[in-house]
Amino acid sequence: MDNVIRRRTPGARMLRAGLYALLMVMALVYLLPLVVMLLTSLKPLEEIRAGGLLSLPDSLTFAAWLKAWGSACTGTRCEGLSGYFMNSVSIVVPAVAISTLMGALNGYALTKWRFRGANLCFALLLFGCFIPFQVVLMPMAQTLGWLGLASSTSGLVLVHVVYGIAFTTLFFRNYYVSIPDEMIAAAKLDGAGFFRIFWRILLPISGPIITVSVIWQFTQIWNDFLFGVAFAGFGSQPVTVALNNLVNTSTGVKEYNVDMAGALIAALPTLVVYVVAGKYFVRGLTAGSVKG
Amino acid sequence: MKTIHALAAGALLAAAVGQAHAAEIEVLHWWTSGGEAKAANMLKQKLEAKGHTWKDFAVAGGGGDSAMTVLKSRAISGNPPAVAQIKGPLIQEWGDMGFLGNIDKIAKEENWDSFLTPQLAAYNKVDGHYAAVPVNIHRINWLWANPDVLEKAGIDDVPKTWDEFFADAKKIREAGFIPLAHGGQPWQDATVFEVVMMGIGGGDFYRKAFVELDPEALTSDTMIESLKTFKKLRSTMDDNIAGRDWNIATSMVINGKAAMQIMGDWAKGEFTAAGLTAGEDYLCEAAPMTEHMFSYNVDSFAMFKIDDEGKQQAQQDLASLILSKDFQTTFNKAKGSIPVRLDVPLDSFDKCAKASRKAFDAASEGNGLVPSLAHGMAVSASVQGAVFDVITNFFNDPEMSAETAAKRLASAVRAAS
Amino acid sequence: MSQTDSPLPRSRAKAARHSLSGSLERMLPRLVIAPSLAVALFFVYGYMLWTFVLSLTDSGMLPQYDFIGFAQYARLFANERWNVAATNLVVFGGLFIILCLFLGLMLAILLDQRIRQEGALRTIYLYPMALSLIVTGVVWRWILNPGLGVESLVRSWGFEDFTFDWLVNPDMAIYALVMAAVWQASGFVMALFLAGLRSIDDNLFKAAALDGASLPKVYWRIVIPCLRPVVFSAVMILAHIAIKSFDLVMALTGGGPGYATDLPATFMYTYTFTRGEIGLGSASAIMMLCGVLAILVPYLYSELRGNKHG
Repeated sequence: MDNVIRRRTPGARMLRAGLYALLMVMALVYLLPLVVMLLTSLKPLEEIRAGGLLSLPDSLTFAAWLKAWGSACTGTRCEGLSGYFMNSVSIVVPAVAISTLMGALNGYALTKWRFRGANLCFALLLFGCFIPFQVVLMPMAQTLGWLGLASSTSGLVLVHVVYGIAFTTLFFRNYYVSIPDEMIAAAKLDGAGFFRIFWRILLPISGPIITVSVIWQFTQIWNDFLFGVAFAGFGSQPVTVALNNLVNTSTGVKEYNVDMAGALIAALPTLVVYVVAGKYFVRGLTAGSVKG
Repeated sequence: MKTIHALAAGALLAAAVGQAHAAEIEVLHWWTSGGEAKAANMLKQKLEAKGHTWKDFAVAGGGGDSAMTVLKSRAISGNPPAVAQIKGPLIQEWGDMGFLGNIDKIAKEENWDSFLTPQLAAYNKVDGHYAAVPVNIHRINWLWANPDVLEKAGIDDVPKTWDEFFADAKKIREAGFIPLAHGGQPWQDATVFEVVMMGIGGGDFYRKAFVELDPEALTSDTMIESLKTFKKLRSTMDDNIAGRDWNIATSMVINGKAAMQIMGDWAKGEFTAAGLTAGEDYLCEAAPMTEHMFSYNVDSFAMFKIDDEGKQQAQQDLASLILSKDFQTTFNKAKGSIPVRLDVPLDSFDKCAKASRKAFDAASEGNGLVPSLAHGMAVSASVQGAVFDVITNFFNDPEMSAETAAKRLASAVRAAS
Repeated sequence: MSQTDSPLPRSRAKAARHSLSGSLERMLPRLVIAPSLAVALFFVYGYMLWTFVLSLTDSGMLPQYDFIGFAQYARLFANERWNVAATNLVVFGGLFIILCLFLGLMLAILLDQRIRQEGALRTIYLYPMALSLIVTGVVWRWILNPGLGVESLVRSWGFEDFTFDWLVNPDMAIYALVMAAVWQASGFVMALFLAGLRSIDDNLFKAAALDGASLPKVYWRIVIPCLRPVVFSAVMILAHIAIKSFDLVMALTGGGPGYATDLPATFMYTYTFTRGEIGLGSASAIMMLCGVLAILVPYLYSELRGNKHG
């Protein structure tokens, strides 16, 4: 298709320059909030108090970063955000793994073993994507109490899995729909069973969509605040809750540089995931999930 | 009322004897930063010195709104914390639902009734029994001012009436400053409004309108005048108030961009953090026409019902610590408020705190001691929310008349209560 | 529907013939789905039912079961704030979806022109999706605040009359929300479209070029129609983001000025939790769910009907 676009006339060259300019301008706009955060986190507090939030710092300091990481108070604990990272990890890892696996199996069963009512099942599951989380807070609290999982990491994992399955199932279903049934039919003829086909045939070609599912779930769960604050107990609060405690003070003094450094620290894992795996994300989407 | 009781001094000792039952208690609070966090930490250390363990469950945001959401979720799941920061009439609601315990034992031992103002103690009692312990008293109706700006505008003294205020505002504007710093969040709008209203209407009117929710008072001429004055204040602010945090507004006063701000005494923390001295670098005066008024905001810790005896002991020990003179002094200095114990001397406090205590005494002798609606001390959360909606909408809608707003106020309150 | 089920007997028969535990094998797909379905039935539909029951009570701070019929719904519809919130959702949702689609498509098409450093640019457009608005809300508030952000910056460049006061103007604040929301989600839509563009056969372009069609024409006439399924997926994802928008409002405007930027999700939360009116909050939640159904049913209908050929 490059032969269409790159006709080497002066007009086309102008067009191309304009294209780059436009893309760069858009990139700057998209980057602006991140840049503001970064600049603010590197300024001393007096400088922020004194003047423009958008101005460049006169003097750079990493003190705010150190404080946000290691010594800022998030309650009576003054250990910064560092202590909460592991809490988030121990929620995110199992929740992402379980919901992705269940989504994959569901998608597989729904598309390759179509049984009576499969579509209805899918429709019922899909609705779970749309239920606003504020609505489920109270019944969920009650349920977790019944299950004896209130204020525990396992409880939080359960919540995230429950409301993540809908999305992962959607991803995998749409991906598997585009995989030719003939492959499966041949395997069935060879006597391969349900799990064997999944394991040997579908899983090896599911790389792209697993990436999409993992990125999506990771971002959602890592960034979750509502469930984390409502259902975590002492010692299992995720990093977003700590960040909120750091940033949201009712009647205290605001340290914007520490707030911003904390915000960036809390966002770092998801940012890294997007930067590193963003390529595969688009690739995974290309591979099928968008053929809704 | 200010009589000092020697009993209290012995309280610490008495409580220390209870060490036999050491326990872990979870404490839900929203003091997560700065001076508040430091104070909470101090409390924690003292509790741990008694052998108990303080499991910190801090949830910041919305002046305790988020913490209340969490508390509800915990209560529904049958797993409430042992101690939770709850305020005002909400304590009563939790108590009525049977969630709260009873700490009469320590209250009698230390004779709390002798040093707490009855009006404030009442918030902490359920059916006549102490279920919670108050920590501090914030005064809401303060006017904070930057003396340099006032001087540059040719103003000698902080305005005492609203007429003076608007006259001064004009001078300040002409001198190139913003007369009143403000943040356009519903609770801040409501704070300013209630201060205006209590000044114009006085204590009895305030109570009629904002505590008893009397429809006649809500639609009265006094209310309409208050609304008009409140709306007029909009012209003394800058254009960018929307969504601004209160502390940004305070920093405008600190930086000399604005002359004055109406805000509770936690604002002092911002001035102190900027290295300013009360009475010299910044002024704290009663808001116009509210010299004899004291609208209060009192933080409390409520004790939840627990069967474990060790935990009950820990609750009582914590309560005793909170009311100890030592903690009252250090904590309130950090928080900007005054001790809830009237027998704690304020010698080491700053000028504003001393003025606050004086105003408190005067107001409680007269009829000027009123609960702040904007800070959840006067009415239930649903009525408070309904009032916020009307006030903030009226303030932001140039078209709405004060008469309409008063009518809406009455009907919104009726719908919500 | 019958067509969808038609391949079943055949594959079942084959499976049975070649497997020792044929009946178990036949049940397996259902067994695999069963836990998820049970979870959905309980945690989604059970909760919805519970919420509906609560909406018929006069529950205050905590749930209780004194039934008062549909009075909470009457209160809800009489509540001006709810009407504002519902109207806002239409304005916000509509603009948000259209702008995201437009911007996403535009960026995707531009990026698809064999751009150098495409990877970096793509990441830049995509990264906002990685950040929670709890994190970026404060920054957006600064940027959109006339006294601190863009307006004061442009004015300091000498354009004294420049005005950009959306955030503080009750009539415009909802558009400020749209802006931040578009910033966050448009990159994701771009990724979807980019994926769609990549899966279109290059020969289409070549054939069109041979016919002498201009590039915009190729996109308008041939490429964009091919992207229809992507548009559909994108609309679904965006609609769900719009309906769930909560952090955005809380972080950016807190519903203000006044309650000009309240959305149903924030309304529901405020009443249920902050104001201790669980009955009314539940009624608003049920209305929201009805809204979701109104969007979802047509989607599912076409989605599942499309499967006949899948």
